[in-house]
Amino acid sequence: MKPISYKIGEHPDLPPPASVTGPLAWVRNNLFSSPTNVVMTLVSVWLLFELIPPMLNWMLFDAAFSGENRDACRAQAGGACWAFIAERFRLFTYGFYPAEERWRVNLAFVLLLLALVPVLYDRLPLRKYGLYYSMVFPLIAGWLLLGGWGLAPVDTDQFGGFMLTLVIGVTGIAFSLPIGILLAMGRQSSLPVIRLVCVGFIEFIRGVPLITLLFVASTMLNYFLPKGTVFDLLLRVLIMVTLFASAYMAEVIRGGLQAIPKGQVEAAEAIGMKYWQSMRLVVLPQALKISIPGIVNTFIGLYKDTTLVIIIGLLDPLGIGRSSLADTKWTGLHNEVYLFVAIFFFISCFSMSRYSLYLEKKLQTEHDH
Amino acid sequence: MRITRFMILGAVLALASAVAQASTLEEVKARGVLNCVVTTGLAGFAAPDENGRWEGFDVEFCRAVAAAVLGDGEKVRFVPSTGKTRFTLLNSGEGDILFRNTTETMSRDTDLKLTFLPVNYYDGQGFLIRKDSGITSAMDLSGASVCIQTGTTTELNLADFFSSNKMDYEPVNSETNEESIANYTSNRCDTYTTDASALASTRAALKDPSAHIILPEIISKEPLAGAVRHGDDNWTDIAKWVVNALIIAEELGVTKANLHDHCAAAGDNPSINRLCGTEGNMGAFIGLDAQWAVRAIDNAGNYAEIFNATIGPDTPLALERGLNASWKSGGILYAAPIR
Repeated sequence: MKPISYKIGEHPDLPPPASVTGPLAWVRNNLFSSPTNVVMTLVSVWLLFELIPPMLNWMLFDAAFSGENRDACRAQAGGACWAFIAERFRLFTYGFYPAEERWRVNLAFVLLLLALVPVLYDRLPLRKYGLYYSMVFPLIAGWLLLGGWGLAPVDTDQFGGFMLTLVIGVTGIAFSLPIGILLAMGRQSSLPVIRLVCVGFIEFIRGVPLITLLFVASTMLNYFLPKGTVFDLLLRVLIMVTLFASAYMAEVIRGGLQAIPKGQVEAAEAIGMKYWQSMRLVVLPQALKISIPGIVNTFIGLYKDTTLVIIIGLLDPLGIGRSSLADTKWTGLHNEVYLFVAIFFFISCFSMSRYSLYLEKKLQTEHDH
Repeated sequence: MRITRFMILGAVLALASAVAQASTLEEVKARGVLNCVVTTGLAGFAAPDENGRWEGFDVEFCRAVAAAVLGDGEKVRFVPSTGKTRFTLLNSGEGDILFRNTTETMSRDTDLKLTFLPVNYYDGQGFLIRKDSGITSAMDLSGASVCIQTGTTTELNLADFFSSNKMDYEPVNSETNEESIANYTSNRCDTYTTDASALASTRAALKDPSAHIILPEIISKEPLAGAVRHGDDNWTDIAKWVVNALIIAEELGVTKANLHDHCAAAGDNPSINRLCGTEGNMGAFIGLDAQWAVRAIDNAGNYAEIFNATIGPDTPLALERGLNASWKSGGILYAAPIR
């Protein structure tokens, strides 16, 4: 083969040598770069090899997807019995909501997704009108779920499953943020009464476990209220959960507020802004941006805390799962239930944390320290 | 002047509290729904089916009371409760009545201010253990770790049993029965203890029932009974006599199927006539109409029919009547007569 010759200075750049690029090099640099890494890599591969195939086998290849009861499942396959989850899927989703009215839950869910779009994406055309819709959405959802005005009324004790989690989670999230902002601002207020009230509220709520508040909501209130007073249990729970999350939210946002240099407020005052203007236009946008990870953290915590309502007899997915396990047809299938519920919570919480990352990236500005 | 004002205030307050103290019967009737405290799920006793309808032994007693009081066994709101919350729910008024496989004890009856209904299931506490442990008697359990549900009498019985026999144990606590079973099946404890009825159903549901045995010792008496709160004797009477009526119906051979034949008109047997309300009006004594017991039995049949449909030999739980057979067939189920 005749060697190719180039004029001086016209030789094209050669590709980097194979030893520093490509998958092989990546493997060498990242997995086998030192004796410790070699050992760790081998141990990890062995662990994965031990764990993944049996898991997949249990979950998919040796699993039963149909069957009348547990024994039918066991007869078909040695792995998971998903027929159980399939049969109970509607119970997991809607709880005890009457079957013929379940379309209302579906519709409310679709409307919830539509209401979230303008809140989550600011590049939406006509976003302003979308936001108006998002603001009235709670009323529409309340009407759809509870009934009245032409729809058959449904009692809140028939709520359950994923739907209950969403109702509590979304309400708590939607209301705790504004209340938390107000509390955080109140805590820094120069008016002593407002400051004292806010500090007192925040410290009291943070000093008490959520489960205690739920207990108070479910049983103690009935001792105090006149006998025969009907005060919806779910409403009581919603109020308690919202207050609880608000107190935590307030502290997260206070962290953000305190990170804003005093000069910013002074500058805003210097150009003639009133308190609310300076807050709305200067301080809060920056403070909230810094607080995003903390805010979303609180959201996720709140969302997962909804499983505590089983203590007061509301059946969230975990509660539905537990009581389903007491069905004599299906007893003993714990793994399937807990895995299924775990997947649901993982999807919800993971998307929340992904969105928060997206938001942080979008709001990244040059002059961040 | 001042004194009269205070007196008027006092009178108004007294009136207000009198108005607020409506009887449970009136409250339930006005509400149109009976609030019944049940478990969050115990196989055979109370659990929702795939359509969300509650089923089970305890559930049928709730429905029978609702049928007697409201005329419809479906008019029940089930209030699921854990072992710890059940009495608070009843006492705070969240529930009108409790059927939650609850053991009648003196402290619950007196200190917790409950009134227990006639016993509807005689149970006793036992131990479930893996066969390969080699243990065949509860007396060999020293040092064992024991799965147990908190807030129950089983927890206390266990402590009594081990301390009176000078043995040690390590409790593995959980909030619900299902968690206890999960703990036991994942080898987090050596033995699982609860009422023998629940042990039988648990064992039947295990992957390989023959690898587990129930130890022969029964370490406690567990008379399971419904309960209402103190302070409303009429309501207590209603609940008590509904349970009695179901037991008596079995003694008299009155079933859901032949109920209407027996009760269409007064027959030869005065006991049946009194049950049916075709002779005398026993319902008037408890503030209900003459047909109260008929409706209670019409819901899911008499005691034996409820037992057989929910926990009896033909169900996955396969519990024998044993102590819970009627006194006429060798058990200790014995209801006071309706007369």
